Amino acid sequence: MAFRDRVLDESAVRSQGGRVDLVVVAEMVAPGSRVLDVGSGDGELLDLLATTRGCDARGIELSREGVNAGVARGLAIVQGDADVDLAHYPDDSFDYVILSQTLQATRRPRWVLEQMLRIGRHAVVSFPNFGHWRSRIDILVNGRMPVTDNMPYAWYETPNIHFCTIRDFVGLVETVDARIERAVALDSSGHRVRVNLPWWVWNLLGEQAVFLLSRK
Amino acid sequence: MGETLHQEAGLLTPDDVKARREADDPHSPVVRFGADKPLRLDAGVDLRHLQVAYQTYGQPNADRTNAILVCHALTGDQHVASLNPVTGKPGWWETLVGPGKPIDTERFFIICANVLGGCMGTTGPSSTDPATGRPYGLEMPIVTIRDMVNAQAMLLDHLGIERLFCVAGGSMGGMQVLQWAASYPERVFCALPIATAARHSAQNIAFHEVGRQAVMADPDWCGGAYLAQGLAPHRGLAVARMAAHITYMSDQGLHRKFGRRLQDRVLPTFGFDADFQVESYLRHQGESFVQRFDANSYLYVTRAMDYFDLAADYDGVLANAFRGSKTRFCVASFTSDWLFTSADSRAIVHALNASGASVSYAEIESDKGHDAFLLEEPVLFDIARGFLDSAARAAGLPAAKVR
Repeated sequence: MAFRDRVLDESAVRSQGGRVDLVVVAEMVAPGSRVLDVGSGDGELLDLLATTRGCDARGIELSREGVNAGVARGLAIVQGDADVDLAHYPDDSFDYVILSQTLQATRRPRWVLEQMLRIGRHAVVSFPNFGHWRSRIDILVNGRMPVTDNMPYAWYETPNIHFCTIRDFVGLVETVDARIERAVALDSSGHRVRVNLPWWVWNLLGEQAVFLLSRK
Repeated sequence: MGETLHQEAGLLTPDDVKARREADDPHSPVVRFGADKPLRLDAGVDLRHLQVAYQTYGQPNADRTNAILVCHALTGDQHVASLNPVTGKPGWWETLVGPGKPIDTERFFIICANVLGGCMGTTGPSSTDPATGRPYGLEMPIVTIRDMVNAQAMLLDHLGIERLFCVAGGSMGGMQVLQWAASYPERVFCALPIATAARHSAQNIAFHEVGRQAVMADPDWCGGAYLAQGLAPHRGLAVARMAAHITYMSDQGLHRKFGRRLQDRVLPTFGFDADFQVESYLRHQGESFVQRFDANSYLYVTRAMDYFDLAADYDGVLANAFRGSKTRFCVASFTSDWLFTSADSRAIVHALNASGASVSYAEIESDKGHDAFLLEEPVLFDIARGFLDSAARAAGLPAAKVR
């Protein structure tokens, strides 16, 4: 697919209240590569990848509404369940497999991550950080599960069944024996947390995190 | 309505004669291939004097790159978007095909051919065998989905269409779409198989067998030679259609449409009249079907579907059928379709994923069962439109007019 005159502009997206995390994800993907977006929603990221990075971008999405909207926009999206259907993709069939804000909603996060690293040479994972200071205050001070813009559901109706913190995720990466190539944490205003700070600071200040992984 | 299906069984009605005429001289263009251009069938024999009846809509562009082949289902025909000459009813896919519709006759050159084995002008058992001057009847060799596709390819060669922009179809039409993509990948830019399967299931073969047995149990079938006797196995074919029609609908759909409501009466008759609306409906379906469809054609075309198992030709691995394919696919199924289930469509999608082909797949919520692909399903229309528009962009075809 040809580029369609769009460039990634993080600050413009931030100032317009757009999804900065999607820009960060897209920016980690090499132009012109083959990408599978797992949990592609209505296809916003697929569209971004196709139009700004010239990617051959395909999606898997569980919700029929998401698939219908995306396919009607001309995107290549398959209705399916990541927890099951990733098994059907052959090894090395994509350059990147992306899991954008979906890890916490999978039934088997470890299996999903392993599958991603089998199917793609790289995996990109973005997720809300449950270790963010605001979540900690909610639990510690208010004694309540956090409900924020990023995590807008009450505990009894949330699709997010496997929340983790940045530290937790780094632990999972070690468990599946993958390499962290890049990591970005975004604070609550969508700005990047400074790179040279230690993990525990990221874990406090990062409201969302984006990791680029590869097989060791 | 009486206790039995048919007032008088057997004798050919004026409608039969009208339908029968379509077999040799249809109300649509035909290509007659000479004996020097036989079609080699999977059954291992050459079919000489192949005739293919077809309809076209819209105009080919200068490069002849805007053609869409529509493949019809078991009892469909080439009259996709124009009046049917036998029934006088509108085309069977006017929901999807027409000016400004997703398969847009103002942008695309749409071709639909009656399938091999059919009874609307393409060679089938009711066609006159030029060698004998009599209808083929059971002398017609068994045909397969691949034979149907090869006959369509001969038609396209004749029409000067080297490459199709798209092949689209539902049910048995979808089987042909898959076969097209497997047999002629370089001739298919994109493919839209709807409510279909890469192989016919045991359950579906079983249903077909019931239908065929109903036809063959009718004494008017005459061992397949009914046309020579001036007869037609109406009762058997009507029962076959009634049974099949149940499989095209869902339990919820039947319940929504008919429930347990009685037909034009307040109390049951304590007899075997069509007391229930659903019975009356099925009888009507059976009766109107036999006026337009040839019983032997029904045997041949159901058989072709039974034999369809695309993976079998590729070492049992469906993905091998699509290996290296550059065709873009959009697969769609309906939640309440229990004849060609979403699981069947998922199997196609998994194979396409495994082969690396570009594929979209939508499971559409509907209570209309298998028939949904022929009915008013706005989500299907949106998906087909989005898929075809984006494929047209990629193929360098002009965009749709802003309406």
